[in-house]
Amino acid sequence: MIKKAVAAASMAMATVAVQAADQIRIGFMSTLSGPSAALGIDIRDAFNLVVKRNGGKLGGLPAEIIVVDDQMKPDTGKQATERLLKKDRVDVITGIVFSNVMLAVAPSIFENETFLVSANAGPTAYSGEGCNPFFFAASWQNDGQHEAAGHFSTTKGYKSVVLLAPNYPAGKDALTGFKRMYKGEVIDEIYTKLGQLDFAAELAQVRAAKPQAVYIFQPGGMGINFIKQWVAAGLNKQIPLIAPGFSADEDVIKAVGEPMVGMYNTAQWAHDLGNAENRKFVAEFQKEYGRLPTVYASQGYDTAQLIDAAVRDAKGKIEDRAVFGKALTTAKFNSVRGEFKLNVNHMPIQNYYLRQIWKDPSGRITNKLVSTVLTNHPDAYASACKMKPW
Amino acid sequence: MDAILLVEQALNGLQFGLMLFLLAAGLTLVFGIMDMINLAHGSLYMVGAYLAATVATATGSFLVGAAAAVVGTAVVGMLLEVTLLRRLYKRDHLHQVLATFGLLLMANEAVRMIWGPEALSLPMPEALAGPVEIGGLVYPAFRLMIIAVGIVVAVLLYVLVAHTRLGMLVRAGASNREMARAMGVRVSTVFTLVFGIGAALCAVAGAMLGPLLAVQVGMGESILILAFVVIVIGGIGSVRGAFVGAVLVGMVDTFGRTLLPMSLRAVLPPQIAGNLGPALASILIYVLMAGVLFWRPQGLFPARG
Amino acid sequence: MAAGTPLHHAVRWALVGPALVLLALLPVLLTAIDQPFYLVPATRILIYAIAATSLNLLVGFGGMVSFGHAAFFGTGAYVTGIAAMHGLQSAWLAWPLAMVVAGVAAFAIGLVSLRTRGVYFIMITLAFAQMMYYVFVSMKTYGGEDGLALESRSALGFGLSLKSDTTFYYVTLVLAVLSIAVLWRVVNSRFGRTLQGIRENEIRMEAVGFPVFRHKLAAFVIAGAVAGLAGALAANQTDMASPAFLNWHQSGMLLIMVILGGVHSFLGPAIGAAVLLLLEEFVGDMTTHWQFYVGAVLVAVVLFAPNGIATLAVRRSRV
Repeated sequence: MIKKAVAAASMAMATVAVQAADQIRIGFMSTLSGPSAALGIDIRDAFNLVVKRNGGKLGGLPAEIIVVDDQMKPDTGKQATERLLKKDRVDVITGIVFSNVMLAVAPSIFENETFLVSANAGPTAYSGEGCNPFFFAASWQNDGQHEAAGHFSTTKGYKSVVLLAPNYPAGKDALTGFKRMYKGEVIDEIYTKLGQLDFAAELAQVRAAKPQAVYIFQPGGMGINFIKQWVAAGLNKQIPLIAPGFSADEDVIKAVGEPMVGMYNTAQWAHDLGNAENRKFVAEFQKEYGRLPTVYASQGYDTAQLIDAAVRDAKGKIEDRAVFGKALTTAKFNSVRGEFKLNVNHMPIQNYYLRQIWKDPSGRITNKLVSTVLTNHPDAYASACKMKPW
Repeated sequence: MDAILLVEQALNGLQFGLMLFLLAAGLTLVFGIMDMINLAHGSLYMVGAYLAATVATATGSFLVGAAAAVVGTAVVGMLLEVTLLRRLYKRDHLHQVLATFGLLLMANEAVRMIWGPEALSLPMPEALAGPVEIGGLVYPAFRLMIIAVGIVVAVLLYVLVAHTRLGMLVRAGASNREMARAMGVRVSTVFTLVFGIGAALCAVAGAMLGPLLAVQVGMGESILILAFVVIVIGGIGSVRGAFVGAVLVGMVDTFGRTLLPMSLRAVLPPQIAGNLGPALASILIYVLMAGVLFWRPQGLFPARG
Repeated sequence: MAAGTPLHHAVRWALVGPALVLLALLPVLLTAIDQPFYLVPATRILIYAIAATSLNLLVGFGGMVSFGHAAFFGTGAYVTGIAAMHGLQSAWLAWPLAMVVAGVAAFAIGLVSLRTRGVYFIMITLAFAQMMYYVFVSMKTYGGEDGLALESRSALGFGLSLKSDTTFYYVTLVLAVLSIAVLWRVVNSRFGRTLQGIRENEIRMEAVGFPVFRHKLAAFVIAGAVAGLAGALAANQTDMASPAFLNWHQSGMLLIMVILGGVHSFLGPAIGAAVLLLLEEFVGDMTTHWQFYVGAVLVAVVLFAPNGIATLAVRRSRV
């Protein structure tokens, strides 16, 4: 019965597909509660910035945005997705922060032939053989920032490191990425529990291992706690700490402050990147929300821009999967990170930058762009992706 | 493995254990005297942490925040006792479990309504944000303070229970409830007071752990389960049992988390060892509890003869 | 409660009959009003009705307040997931396997737990369930904390696919009716009467010569196995075996369903499951704080309607 209903619905879609849709429904599912809520909130706020500037429209279509919280739990996300797909019948799902949630919900989204435009997670599972025509990452492939950090650590001359990441798909991707470009010795890889907040035992372990540097990937509240406890244990005076942009962004700086000055981190974006779109974004974001945007916010902004451009290019015919899919693949927009284009696996090819935390002339502690670490960098999995382009 | 690392981990275990004790002490008293399972005990810990974070942020003083949390949470606890919980003392355990589980759900949502879904951060006091060096050991000053506070509270509680009139009533209540009732000395006031003390201890734990963890909805739940494990191991109603049980659980957990992966690493590849270790450590605690219940069903220090 | 003794629990066909017809026609009705989505929550209600009814065999009829029923529900889910991962897709094999493994787990846990009484029983079942939680969370090969995703739903054969919400709904409906009927037979059997006798007065039953421990253990195993079936269905519905199925919140929620519906009535827990999940569905639509209202309802029920919810538990002296 359902099958019939779905078939009937898609036939109906096929007949109207020549015309443009009258609106676009977006399921914005993100982590909006708990210690890592700031991530989802930044993505949401930046996404809304674009929608608001366009007068509530994306690509000329009125946009209805249904915001739900996945609580960082795969099963909650799964249930919410079911509702978005079957009850709200959304055209696009976006906003997912964490890879474990993404991996739990993506299969049913793909099966339903709905587009999943990631504003954050870019899991390895969808990068190579498992790439999917309905998946698009406006952010990065999971390994990206970590590859840049590995590259930087090598050039900086650190001979030995200890690596630390939460035990979930993106944590494993992170360490894989770091090790791909790091040439020194990895003394130890410590996997922590996702959501762990007390790192006393791990810090003792790190101290005993005496590495030349420590690389951490701890997103959200985990990173804030880790770095606070790192400082409290006096390790900031003993061992240099390197992180991806996620773990050394405005939210973490706000919570930890002074002791972070001097810390190096790598990301595909920096708030002081010189392009015009970025200057506009940073100014508008600050004006609207009274805080500096994070790397997550930049991704939310670009995600909205990507969807906006694709809907415009598809001339509103979003219900025609092939037309909208092609438009998403080729959409041109002014990314806040400068050059941006999608690889064959729909993962970005982009630059990765080195940033350092400093006290700017006004006394504000923030990130400063130092140099470009990787230029037009594709991920390592794209060649294994054999999907037919739209 | 060097001695310094061992000492550092032992301190970590002690710190965790003492905080568990603060929760378990209130729980075991309420359990022992009123024969009441209170699943919402962890919610008082959460309320304490939220109060501490709010006041500390507003006044800029950690101390003021902690003090406000202790007073505020004790008041909340006593209000709960007077309005709701005392009606449950004579009820079936099943009813107590349900009503307090309901209370826990309400507390979680009420906190979400008042403070929002995001976690709050409770800043560490400036002076204690760095490390202290003792011999070759570099240890966070704040964690040392937690240990000190835990020990002081434990001693105070010991004095209170062993050497005061209130303590006498409490001990009488724990060892023989009917007798305590028969004494007829305004038992209900004693109950309310005990509940207030339990709540205040929760708030101390909340204020101490807030800067190390995150002040968030649901924070009281995982620690509540551990507190239950502690009092079952220690013997329901026994404050001494709660102390021993708490330190035992803290040590087993911390050493399990570090020593197990290390020894596993000797025989297994690092990634498997790192995965298995923490999980095995968490199971250890429950194995310990099941073992104690199996061989000493009344716990290590039975309060009732 | 009609027909003879209070130990016999009759089916009130005047109510159950129309309810069954309504359930059988639900997919047609929902399609007619263009709300086929609601089949998904309806299926979830049926799954939890199975689990809650099985728990009530322990709580309502055996006087065993188990705070660890999630252990068996979750085990069923994980067995289904692990079996699928190793190529065992057939529902005809995987689901019975889930029941067997959950039953074995219940046997092992019951063997230790049932030696304790009252509040210690509540605690030890809770502790064992947490232990199971950590056991499954530790198995990184099987998804660890993220849960184990089902590559595809269990295979039924006969050209039926669980991917269709309607098929899934009917399969669940049939299994719910079957397992609840079986539990009903158990409760009304000689075994069930003995169990209720034990609940009323354990020492007397022991004195009369009934093997009390074995009866309780048998009930524990039956309840565990049926919960395992519910877990297998739940894993299929969410396409994953999630650690959340094993969490103590899950045990609490199952207990709430039992109490809300009423431990005194055989079908009460199924109704409790429906009430709680509908509350989640519709109050959850209006406010994200739906759990606040669930909590308030719970407190109110315990305070103001204790007789309505648990005549048996009250008649019993303190555990």
